[in-house]
Parts: sequence; C-alpha cells; structure tokens
Amino acid sequence: MNFEPDKNGYWGEFGGRFVPETLVAPLDELHDAFIASRDDSEFHAELSHLLKQYSGRPTALYFAERLSDELGGARIYLKREDLNHTGSHKINNCLGQILLARRMGKTRIVAETGAGQHGVAAATVCALFGLACVVYMGSEDIRRQELNVFRMELLGAEVRAVDAGSRTLKDAINEALRDWVTNIDNTYYLLGSALGPHPYPLMVRTFQSVIGREARAQILEATGKLPDLLIACVGGGSNAIGLFHPFLDDAKVRMAGVEAGGSGTGLGEHAARFAKGAAVGVLQGTRSYVLQDDDGNIAATHSVSAGLDYASVGPEHAHLRDTGRVEYGSVTDLEALDAFRLLSRTEGIIPALESSHAIAFAVKAAAEMTPDQTVVVNVSGRGDKDVDAVRRILAGGSE
Amino acid sequence: MTDRITENLKAGRGFIPFVTACDPDDEISLEILDLLAGRGANVIELGVPFSDPMADGVVIQRSSQRALENGVNLTRVLSLAKRFRASKDVPVVLFSYLNPLLRFGIEKLCESAKDCGIDGLLVVDAVDNEARDLREKLAEHDVSLISLVAPTTTDERLERICREAEGFIYAVSRAGVTGAAGSVSREAADLVARVRKFTTLPVAVGFGVSRREHVENIWEFADAAVVGSAIVAEIEASVGTRNAAARVKSLLDQLLPLQKAAHTHKVEGSRL
Repeated sequence: MNFEPDKNGYWGEFGGRFVPETLVAPLDELHDAFIASRDDSEFHAELSHLLKQYSGRPTALYFAERLSDELGGARIYLKREDLNHTGSHKINNCLGQILLARRMGKTRIVAETGAGQHGVAAATVCALFGLACVVYMGSEDIRRQELNVFRMELLGAEVRAVDAGSRTLKDAINEALRDWVTNIDNTYYLLGSALGPHPYPLMVRTFQSVIGREARAQILEATGKLPDLLIACVGGGSNAIGLFHPFLDDAKVRMAGVEAGGSGTGLGEHAARFAKGAAVGVLQGTRSYVLQDDDGNIAATHSVSAGLDYASVGPEHAHLRDTGRVEYGSVTDLEALDAFRLLSRTEGIIPALESSHAIAFAVKAAAEMTPDQTVVVNVSGRGDKDVDAVRRILAGGSE
Repeated sequence: MTDRITENLKAGRGFIPFVTACDPDDEISLEILDLLAGRGANVIELGVPFSDPMADGVVIQRSSQRALENGVNLTRVLSLAKRFRASKDVPVVLFSYLNPLLRFGIEKLCESAKDCGIDGLLVVDAVDNEARDLREKLAEHDVSLISLVAPTTTDERLERICREAEGFIYAVSRAGVTGAAGSVSREAADLVARVRKFTTLPVAVGFGVSRREHVENIWEFADAAVVGSAIVAEIEASVGTRNAAARVKSLLDQLLPLQKAAHTHKVEGSRL
C-alpha cells in the first residue's frame, strides 16, 4: 500500500489545496522551503539538537504494569509525549516549523490553538527564537483553558480571542488564515495539526513522525517484537499520524485512532467525523471527512476535550480509514473522564483529556487481548491544564 | 459559449456589486437587486452564505451568519436569482465557497444554474486542478467559472489562469480579506497591468472598494470596480428597520457618478 501523498498533496481523494488564490504563492514558497529542508543535513542536525537538548527527547516508552494488571489483558506501554517540554507532542512540530520560518526570513508567527497545547508550544518556540507571536483561540476554549492563556502570555505571545461561529478550534483556524493572508510578507502560519492545505498535513506528519520512530525502536528493545496494537487520539490527528506513520508498512501492527464521542450521537454532540453518516467535504484548505449539515455548512461539535473538538480530520487519516489500514473508533466524554482518573490512580500519570480518549479505548481493547500481546498508547500530553475543568465537572457542574 | 458577462463589461467604467443572497430577507434582497440593476450594475455577484467564510472580513462574515440564521441555503439563493432575472437582464455570478456547492451536488447545480439565470460562478477556495474540474462541468451547461488573481499570483500562474479564464478576471486589490480600506493599493494597478499581458478579457478590481474615489481610481486602470462590504454594511445597519434598499441607494449615490445610472445595457435574448 502506498502511504505517500501525490505531488498535489492528495492521499487518494483526500487532501489537496483548497485556498483563496492569494495563499497559493505563500503555500508554494512554504512547500519549496520544506522540501529543501528535508534534504538538508544542517537542518536535521539543528532540529535533532533542539529535540534532544531543549525538549528532552527521546521521550520514554513506559510499561504501565499496574494499569495492565488491573485490566488483565495485553501489556500496555505508554509513549510519554507528555514528558516533552511544554507538556505535549506539539513541540515536535513547532520546533521543525520554526526552523523553517527562520530560513524563510519570516519575523512574525501566527498560530491557532484549541486546548492551548499547540498555542503554548508555538509561543515557546517564538520565545526561543525571538519572534513575534499571535495565537488565535476561540473564546469558548479560552474559558475552558484559562491557565494556558496565561502561560502563552507569559511566554510573550499575544492571545486573540475569536468570537465567531462555535468559538472553538475551527474558528481559530479561520482567523489565523485571515491574519496570514493579510500579512503574508512577514508572517508564517504555524499550523499545529495534520490538516489544512498541502503541504501542512505532510509537513506536520514529518515533524511528528519522531514519535513513531522512537516508539518502534523502544518497543523492539523492550519486548523484542513489534506491538500488536497502536492507539492514539485523533482531533486533527497529528499525534496519531506521528505514532502510526513509521509502522504503516508493518502489516501485522494494528492501529486505532480514537475520536471524541462527546455527549451523544446527534450532530453537534460529538466530534466523531468517521461515525455513521460520515460525509466528505472541503474545510479549511483540505478535502476530508467533515461534520456538516444538509446544506454543507460546518456543524458544531462537542467534546470535553478542546483539542479533539474539531469538525474535520486530517486527510491522511481519511485515507487510512477508507483503505482499512487504520481502524477508528470513539469514546464518550464520560469514558475519557474515567480514563483520566484511572491512569492518575494506577500509574501516577495525569494524562491530558485528549490523551484520556486513547487510554479509554485501550482499557476496552486491552481487556480483550492476552498478556503475551502488547499495546502502545500515545499519551500525547499531560493533564495539568485540565485539572481545574475536571475538578469542576466532578463537583457536579457542567464543564 | 455566449459570454454575456464579457459583453457587459467591455465598455469599461463597470460596476459589480456584491450582496449576500437573501440578506436580510428574500423580499428586501430582491428589492436591493432590482435597485442595483437600476443603478447600472454590469454584473451582480450573489453571495452564497457559508458557515466558515475564511476569505471574508467581518462585515461579510456577519451577513453570511444572518442569512444562515434565517435558513438560507443554495436552493433559496437560486430561487432569488430566478425571480430577479425574470425581470432584469443583468448577468448574475454566484459567489461561493466550495463545500455548500459540493453538498448540493455540482451536477444538480449545473442543471439549475442556467434555468435560474446564473451566468457564472466564482468559487473562492477552488484553484488549479479543483477549478479545472469544475470549469469543465460548468462549460457543458454554458456557465462560466470566474477566476480570481491576487498580487501574490506569479506571472507563470497568471498566464495559465488567464488562458483558461472566462467572463472576466477578478483582481484582488491587496493581500487580505474582504472589507473596507483607506485607499486602493498601488499593487492593484500593477496587478491589472500584469493581467493585461495575458488576456483581453475585462478585469475587475475588488476588496476594500468603499468610496467614490476608489471607484474612480480603479476605472483609470481596470474595467470594473467590485463593491461588496460597503453595500453589505448598509444592509447590516438597516436590520430591524426594513429600509435597506433606501440605505443602499444613498450609498450608491455617493459611490457612483450620476451618469452611471443612465448607462444602460442592451444584451440580446438574456431575460428569463
């Protein structure tokens, strides 16, 4: 099976570049800079140095013995992306893209953020390189993630609230695109997930694949064989594609992407783009599965986790789903909250609510497997940012 | 292919208004379209509301939102166009993002478009291959796909876009989203000059055209001025009062020289 996009950025029928004409030349420029960086050993050396010395890679692959025992099935290994500097996998992509931005001579960075993890990572690399940074964030997400807003401001970024639409990630991306198209001369758009117009999905995957490359070597070292199952949560899908991609050719390795099942199955109650009634559409520069109404307007979504609360999904995931290489499922808000507490209690690791979706799926999957089988779950981020929201929910209020 | 759009813009000093369809409601929207026709619009751009208009500034975002809250969809937009064209022969170009069109069905849209008096389609987020596929399908139904060019468009792309273009070329005056600006950028004149190297089609300039001096300035180097947000802002200001048409009329009185009203168009066999 071929897992590379064609020259126009298509995986099968998914991907491409659906943008206003003004953005075509900047995307071409970005594409050229990205391709040049791929063959540049100096670029790789600098990126490797930063990943190691600044972010603390490689992140651990940790055998979660108590969790595995409690579930009584497969042995569960956790890829600890939460141990990265800034507390999530988002820094991997930000370090790669900030080096590109610098090579392109850009002096101002714009980014979108949902949960705030990408915004914090973007603000961090801008501080590191002394670049101006503007982060767009939906006002609903700002309410949910106050601490991350303050964190970004501490790092010197300007956080701009977006009041349009559902006031979440999708609306923040619209606003970041509007800013970029207005300020293309000096501005670099640091997109945080494996979505958007070509070359973003390919580029983000490239910078996140360090997760899977490390995990592959680590699990071989730990167990002497490849894992039976990989599990990762999928909002846009960057941590998932980062883990999955280096294993795609290993036909015996099963993979599961976990979407946000939210609070119900009705349109607007979840962010499960691949659920029953899934439809293909075009949103924010790419063709993929899109939650939408009968008139083609983008549907509101819901998830307890801001980082999974998005109406579309990265195009490569759409392709992996349709070809059957990766299976996709969803877990509800309540299941994710249970998993959040379960991992905290059994392993002393508080996962992000996004990652809690992957844990919740692992709880179900591992129980049906045997102790000679192994599962790798990506803990894409740490849950400190969610502690306050979870406390409010557990106290009986609505989040 | 008959090109009523090209014909209607050939004389220069053209005026292309944009309004979001059915904003604030179908009846007032029709009244505004009639008024625009009466004030010498050479082509009318009719906006299809979409939930995520990423190329638009706040004024058009809000008009889109208002229309969506009133349940406006492509079916209603087409029906408005049909009613307007039953009595007026001004060419109508649908201005849309791709997703609502895909959901409606491109084939179905092609079949309905001509019947509703739609002469062209402008799809903000379809470029290159995506535009080419769409153009081929539209061509079978005698509907033009209008191309956008921007100051960032390279000469190499301009040549290709102009070679495939139909109707007119929409030149975006500056890098940015739709909405008012202080003056027409120098970039706009440079862009139009570059476009002229590759095509004899009329060139219209839009984005940020909100004052008489903008229109006059654009007429010096381009064939038509596109006015969108300025008109839509008047419609927004009228919400709740039902005097949208009066407000738009007074804006046009400021925006356009008087002789524009007397400038009428005779295009054969075009009325529905």
